[in-house]
Amino acid sequence: MDFDPSYTAQQFKSVGTRPLRPDGVDKVTGRARYGADFNMPGQLVGRVLRSPHAHAIIRKIDTSKAEALKGVKAVVTAADLPDLTDGDADLYAILSNCMARDKAFYDGHAVAAVAAIDARTARRALKLIEIDYEVLPHVTDVDEAMKDSAPLLHESVFTDGVDPAPAKPSNVARRSQYGHGDVDAGFADADMVVERTYRTEQTHQGYIEPHACVASVNNDGTGELWVCTQGHFVYRQWCADLLGMDVSKLRVTSSEIGGGFGGKTHVWAEPVALALSRKAGRPVKLVMSRDEVFRASGPTSATSIDVKIGAKKDGTITAASATLRYTCGPWVGMWAELGAMTAFAPYDLKNVRTVGYEVLVNRPKVSAYRAPSAPMAAFAVESAVDELARKIGMDPVDFRIANVAKEGTRASYGPVYGPIGIGPTLEAVKEHPHMKAPLGKNQGRGMACGFWFNFGGQTCTDLNIGADGTVTIAVGTVDVGGSRASLSMVAAEELGIPYEQVKAIVADTSSLGYNDMTDGSRGTFSSSMATISAARNAIRIMRARAAQMWGIPVEDVVWEEGHAKAAGAKHGNLPPLSVREIAAAAGNTGGPIAGHSELVADGAGVSFATHICDIEVDPETGQTRVLRYTVVQDAGKAVHPTYVEGQYQGGAAQGIGWALNEEYIYGKDGRLQNPGFLDYRIPVCSDLPMIDTQILEIPNPNHPYGIRGVGETSIVPPLAAIANAVSNAVGVRMTHIPMSPPRILAALEAE
Amino acid sequence: MVEVRLWGSLAAAAGGEEMLEIEAETIRELFARLEERYPALKRFIDAGIAVSIDGVIYRDTWSKELPRDAEIFLLPRIAGG
Repeated sequence: MDFDPSYTAQQFKSVGTRPLRPDGVDKVTGRARYGADFNMPGQLVGRVLRSPHAHAIIRKIDTSKAEALKGVKAVVTAADLPDLTDGDADLYAILSNCMARDKAFYDGHAVAAVAAIDARTARRALKLIEIDYEVLPHVTDVDEAMKDSAPLLHESVFTDGVDPAPAKPSNVARRSQYGHGDVDAGFADADMVVERTYRTEQTHQGYIEPHACVASVNNDGTGELWVCTQGHFVYRQWCADLLGMDVSKLRVTSSEIGGGFGGKTHVWAEPVALALSRKAGRPVKLVMSRDEVFRASGPTSATSIDVKIGAKKDGTITAASATLRYTCGPWVGMWAELGAMTAFAPYDLKNVRTVGYEVLVNRPKVSAYRAPSAPMAAFAVESAVDELARKIGMDPVDFRIANVAKEGTRASYGPVYGPIGIGPTLEAVKEHPHMKAPLGKNQGRGMACGFWFNFGGQTCTDLNIGADGTVTIAVGTVDVGGSRASLSMVAAEELGIPYEQVKAIVADTSSLGYNDMTDGSRGTFSSSMATISAARNAIRIMRARAAQMWGIPVEDVVWEEGHAKAAGAKHGNLPPLSVREIAAAAGNTGGPIAGHSELVADGAGVSFATHICDIEVDPETGQTRVLRYTVVQDAGKAVHPTYVEGQYQGGAAQGIGWALNEEYIYGKDGRLQNPGFLDYRIPVCSDLPMIDTQILEIPNPNHPYGIRGVGETSIVPPLAAIANAVSNAVGVRMTHIPMSPPRILAALEAE
Repeated sequence: MVEVRLWGSLAAAAGGEEMLEIEAETIRELFARLEERYPALKRFIDAGIAVSIDGVIYRDTWSKELPRDAEIFLLPRIAGG
């Protein structure tokens, strides 16, 4: 890669403005095509049969009656998705999750699927599939699952990461540890110690659009998939691997996306739809219902977290430790490890230790959710930090500022920080009018910090100059939060042309080189780097073409303000050439003009935010109302500030739902009791105040424009900020998320 | 020669060594030397290791040079949402 990503402090014309979003008209007029809006001639309707049991051996599946039903074109089970994973445990977990093999591991686990000529026939066929289950004892609670007496999900799981290796299998799949210093000595030095156990319940990403796809596999081994996803190149890879297809022969096109938040970085229905289409010889459309989305896709970990923090009377933290137990669903992840890495990241700690336990339970396979695992860890740590500040008699903001991490601090997860933005967010919060606004009766204010890593990754972009001088950019990062707008602005900035002359599209997997998916807050960070690189390559070509048109050496041609200009007094009479003029002559100067870029965008830079929240609690009912909410976060450089504000507000809104209402509720039978938006309550507009935002711009030194990812960090502080606000309002420390009215009432009564 | 720090689980697989001195100019060479010296690290390298160089995390670029005086810290490769 000869592209230099270093920050250059250039002045901007396009970046930092707020043009109309390019996808807006299509979305408000209904023309935008989401996953379920795609159809093919002759397509069949796919439906999935799901286990009603939380844990059961599948003794036998008889599909003969379903296959005999008129209108049924294919029935698939695990036998139609043979194990091609070649020892890859992660891929095998994906395969086993898409279709149960010898065991059903949770209520909603797919066990068979049908493709039929219509939905009615498909539903009837599902009822004709006979499954002989041997129901097993189950466990859904994280702490229960860790006990020796708990039902075992896998006989083959022995806790990884402990020495000596355990002799007996258990549901604790892995232990991880981070930290430095001597925490025992640190606690011995402390004047005050806070030690508590916190719990958070499992939530769903709550995307409004269910998973949907149309799969078409031909008998020559080629196939196409139209799908709602955050990463069509990654979906292509997994589907090809699981079905034994050549990657180049599977073309995946991503649709518009009605929310993903990490939940659309995993495959569920797609390999099943492809298997059905391969067997039926016709296209198959598979759309999950809301019930299926809740029972079988998504969720976060439920957690149980012990935190201990000690400090001197002067406010210096002397030691901090946390033990984090996270549910993974039936297969190991690194969810507790991410919590262990992020928990104390905002602070400068001499002595710190975190230990994470990945716990297997009879719940759906956990998937990423916006800064995965960090919000729960932040809830526990920031609650304890707040309580310790009050115990010492310090203002919670001042206490955090006294202990805040800065350049040169050894992060709790290991490395020494470069320049970071947590300090400025705390200083901004300290000076924010929100912190000085008066509060009424039964009202409380809370604040909290949050951290997320952010990352970049493999990225490929094409930039094509049209014959009229307008520009298209084809990117491979799915637009989940406005990246088509931001990337068009970046292309316009670099080329020196108006934003309106640039159109960005998300290209399919056969039209562009591989791209990692849109996760890790990488969409605008990575693809803007590739877009800048592609634009600079196009400019290099346009300078050469202008030189040809003028008959002068290319070294004498410079690019300024969207024009090729002849430099030097000897060319003084040559008027500048616009992109349009250069493009019009392209047929005679060497053919089409395009700039390409393939790169790995590294150096995303870690991200911090601090939030403030005011809550009113009705002490008689436990009902809460969010009165005011403020997000302060570093964006590096906000390309399109309105979208950045939207990301901040969206993360806060999701965090508010998580903190106050959202939770998976399992019955004693291990079945999910609330798989729908009536009983699983996400916030609606009337639940929320206008969420205020303050964008800080501390340039990322590893991006030409100073850009950082902004998509995830905003969901990290809300759980803790709201818990602190509620605790301050009611005078009782809240330790269990969500703080639903019954839970608040119970806490008040217990006090 | 560069000094490399390992995160907890990786250190355990490297015989409890939290800090190593390795003769490596690039991330690629670092992984190769680590695997030669500690075969137990292979599964971690295969699963993905991120390299923090002076606090900036690199996940993918094998050719990234390791400055002599830089702080180099190995971390697991993480997923995002």
